[in-house]
Amino acid sequence: MPELTRSETPLRNLGPVDQIPPGEGRVFAIDGRNVAVFRSRDGRLFATEDTCPHRQGPLADGLLGGSVLVCPLHGFKFDLATGRPAGNDCRALTTYPVALSSRGDIELRLDPR
Amino acid sequence: MKKERSRLVVIGNGMAGARLVEELLARGGGDRFTVTVFGDEPYGNYNRILLSSVLAGSHEPGDIFINPLAWYEANCVALRAGVRVAAVDPVRKVVTAADGTAEPYDKLVIATGSAPFIPRIAGLEDAAGRSREGIFAFRTLDDCSAITAYAARCRSAAVIGGGLLGLEAARGLLERGLTVHVVHLMGHLMELQLDARGGAILRQKLEGMGLQVHLGKSTREVVGEDGKGGVTGLRFEDGGTLECDMVVVAAGIRPNVALAREAGLLVERGIVVEDDLSCPGYPDVHAIGECAQHRGRVYGLVAPLWEQAEVLANRLSGREPRASYTGSKVSTKLKVMGVELAVMGIRERLEAGDEEITYEDPSRGVYKKLVVRDGRLAGAVLLGDASAAPVLLQSFDRGQDIGPDPAELLFPSSGASAPRSVLDLPDDAQICNCNGVSKGRIAYSARNGCRSLQAVCGATRAGTGCGGCRRDVQAILQDVLGEGGLIEDPAVHYYVPGVPLAKPDLVREIRRLGLRSVSSVFAALAGGREDAASKPGLASLLKTIWAGEYEDERDARFINDRVHANIQKDGTFSVVPRIYGGVTTPGELRRIADVAERHQARMIKITGGQRIDLLGIPKARLPQVWRELGMPSGHAYTKAFRTCKTCVGSDFCRYGVGDSTALGIAIERRFQGIESPHKMKLATAGCPRNCSEATTKDLGAVAIEGGRWELYVGGAAGSRVRKGDLLCVVEAHEEVLRLMGRFMQYYRENGKYLERTYDFVERIGIEKVRAVVVQDEEGIAARLDAAMEAAVDAYADPWGEANDPVHPLQFAQVLVRPRASGQGDGRDGREAPEEQVVAGEVR
Repeated sequence: MPELTRSETPLRNLGPVDQIPPGEGRVFAIDGRNVAVFRSRDGRLFATEDTCPHRQGPLADGLLGGSVLVCPLHGFKFDLATGRPAGNDCRALTTYPVALSSRGDIELRLDPR
Repeated sequence: MKKERSRLVVIGNGMAGARLVEELLARGGGDRFTVTVFGDEPYGNYNRILLSSVLAGSHEPGDIFINPLAWYEANCVALRAGVRVAAVDPVRKVVTAADGTAEPYDKLVIATGSAPFIPRIAGLEDAAGRSREGIFAFRTLDDCSAITAYAARCRSAAVIGGGLLGLEAARGLLERGLTVHVVHLMGHLMELQLDARGGAILRQKLEGMGLQVHLGKSTREVVGEDGKGGVTGLRFEDGGTLECDMVVVAAGIRPNVALAREAGLLVERGIVVEDDLSCPGYPDVHAIGECAQHRGRVYGLVAPLWEQAEVLANRLSGREPRASYTGSKVSTKLKVMGVELAVMGIRERLEAGDEEITYEDPSRGVYKKLVVRDGRLAGAVLLGDASAAPVLLQSFDRGQDIGPDPAELLFPSSGASAPRSVLDLPDDAQICNCNGVSKGRIAYSARNGCRSLQAVCGATRAGTGCGGCRRDVQAILQDVLGEGGLIEDPAVHYYVPGVPLAKPDLVREIRRLGLRSVSSVFAALAGGREDAASKPGLASLLKTIWAGEYEDERDARFINDRVHANIQKDGTFSVVPRIYGGVTTPGELRRIADVAERHQARMIKITGGQRIDLLGIPKARLPQVWRELGMPSGHAYTKAFRTCKTCVGSDFCRYGVGDSTALGIAIERRFQGIESPHKMKLATAGCPRNCSEATTKDLGAVAIEGGRWELYVGGAAGSRVRKGDLLCVVEAHEEVLRLMGRFMQYYRENGKYLERTYDFVERIGIEKVRAVVVQDEEGIAARLDAAMEAAVDAYADPWGEANDPVHPLQFAQVLVRPRASGQGDGRDGREAPEEQVVAGEVR
């Protein structure tokens, strides 16, 4: 789990993790900014900007396998853990620290890593 | 308890030995065997075919390594590089190395390859009895380096041997700026591949490039200056002489069989092997590659050697313990000094009744020849223009009847706009028209480490759109890498890239282990590693296998199949309601119009499949749109039965001879939403005028006079255009439905994921399809019919999820968290969650 404690930015509680079905993603609007949050089948959470740098595909609608996401529009792949593109020369995705709280809520900080 | 592994010893680390190890590991052979490989040369394994490119300076030695030393380490293969094997004892099952160490084995593979044949020529040694400086063989990387180094101080070279190897050596030396003479014993060049006329045309072409060719010359002696070592020229049996500064001997190869002969194995020209590639009397000793002799033949090309490696790997790994090698059909496509050459089968008339058809254009260096026996292709030579090779090769491999005018085969693209070979195009030519990838970009990635079609497509995105250019990409790859440089990614045989099993094996394992969900397949068959791109293919397969018992995990579906609509470039969706057979009513049209207006559909479009498409609908509004339409899903977003297009048929059309409209509606009602490896688009036509274009559909029915229907399968009018194959002619609508259903089920069970029917039918062959579907030669028709019936019965309209979603946020667009707040709930100092709102209007 990412370290969420040492930061000035407030921690945002996005509510229960089961809003996101296992292996899928959903977009959350936070302070007017859209963030895609993903929940992998092995229980990890990832948060990134919500559109693909290639042609603005909606990343939360992509296919997720482990930490690799495939954009639904043109199949560009990214590793959500780092934001880095896989097999294409897009720029990396902005990622945000996100973790599961002890009560099962999604907690996120809006400071890009 | 872990089973003790057997010991596999491989003698030879060349193209055959290393390939066997690769194939074996790819089949999980590492669990069965500890592998030891002896290699004569102190390197990993390299691509011998590309040595000529190293000689020519277009490749660096480092470029041609297939597996560097680190690869062996990473795969736990013990490589004894630079260690010769001195003896094999097939009774005690021990190999003894030259350094005296003994290596016991349970299975032994001899892949010692060949050595250059050095003809009896005087003067190979100088007066002092040492090998004369300036004379080289051309077989290994070390030979190559030695030739290159020596050539730097030479002005002219003679190559003894005018076969493929000799000409390749000559090309390398020409590229290095030398005057090059090829001295050939025979009356024409490349007599193993070419007839005399072809050889003559090749000679003319090569002489045009600056090569000096001397035919019918037997070399008596290499001449050197007395006492100085080195070479000054050649003297021939006919008394003639030739001045040169160095000599390369490329007069053929001989199988390395000494080791096998001393071991007491049966050796003729090569090491004799049976169909199981074992040596007679020694079932645990195998031989493959250039050193092996199978059914009287010794192969010197790379393709047969790979086939042998594959068969043996299948046997040893236990994947197919009874796999057998029955010989290879020899065909080869190569470049001789940049001149295209494709050769298959016999090169001239052998039996009475054989016919030859030839075409020549000496000024262009083009020569083409077919040898025809009993209406089938028995052999072909294409020199200077191999564009007809794919067609000929297919005909040759399949033993097809070549039709009344064989000459047509020689000119595959004669006609208005003969497309040029992709190899003739400049580097900036766009090859992949979907992703805008140039020929130069593809070639660049091939030169920089991408050695399989998959790797190049992955790196450049070429061929990842409609896939129509993949053949061209393959051709460029082959051109850059040479025949042996191209490797086939084992994943091409996998059903999906992330699970290392071909479809039949995968299906068997899924059934055996009772795997009903995609995640359970990854857990059981892929070491727990999820692969995103493999998920939809697995979901499709599991649904075909388990039907109602399939455990549906929605994250395994592509977004279209999670929300039953087609995603558009702006992230909105298109909605296509089902209109059976394309026949609608005023009321239905009115309703569609109202819905489109209410939800501000951005475009209303009549589709190619005679449906109505509402575009620009946000995800969150889909359920409401469906409810208001009150029509079933048209499945315009998924790999399934899509539509059956119809013409107006016999009720109105004055030409109609069959009720294509009623038939189309019946087809669509029965098969709507049936999932398949790829989409299926259908059509019915009421007469042979074929207004609904039924002959270029995945399945099509065309009415003909007499109340009958022609059934076509495998038609296409997309990125490829292909006329469907006539499957059969039937009498009644019910027959059409039954046979279409049976074909679909056969395709569902045997098609690869994302393989359209037109590729499927070509791969299986229409005769086989007909034998199974129409003639029921395999006795599975009843089972196929029952399986299709079950699939039809299991059908449910996915748009029913408008009222019964599988997840409360299935159609959520954006979950709004309206404001930042520093307020926590007080219990743990963190803020409390807020009410979640589903908003449809955002984006």
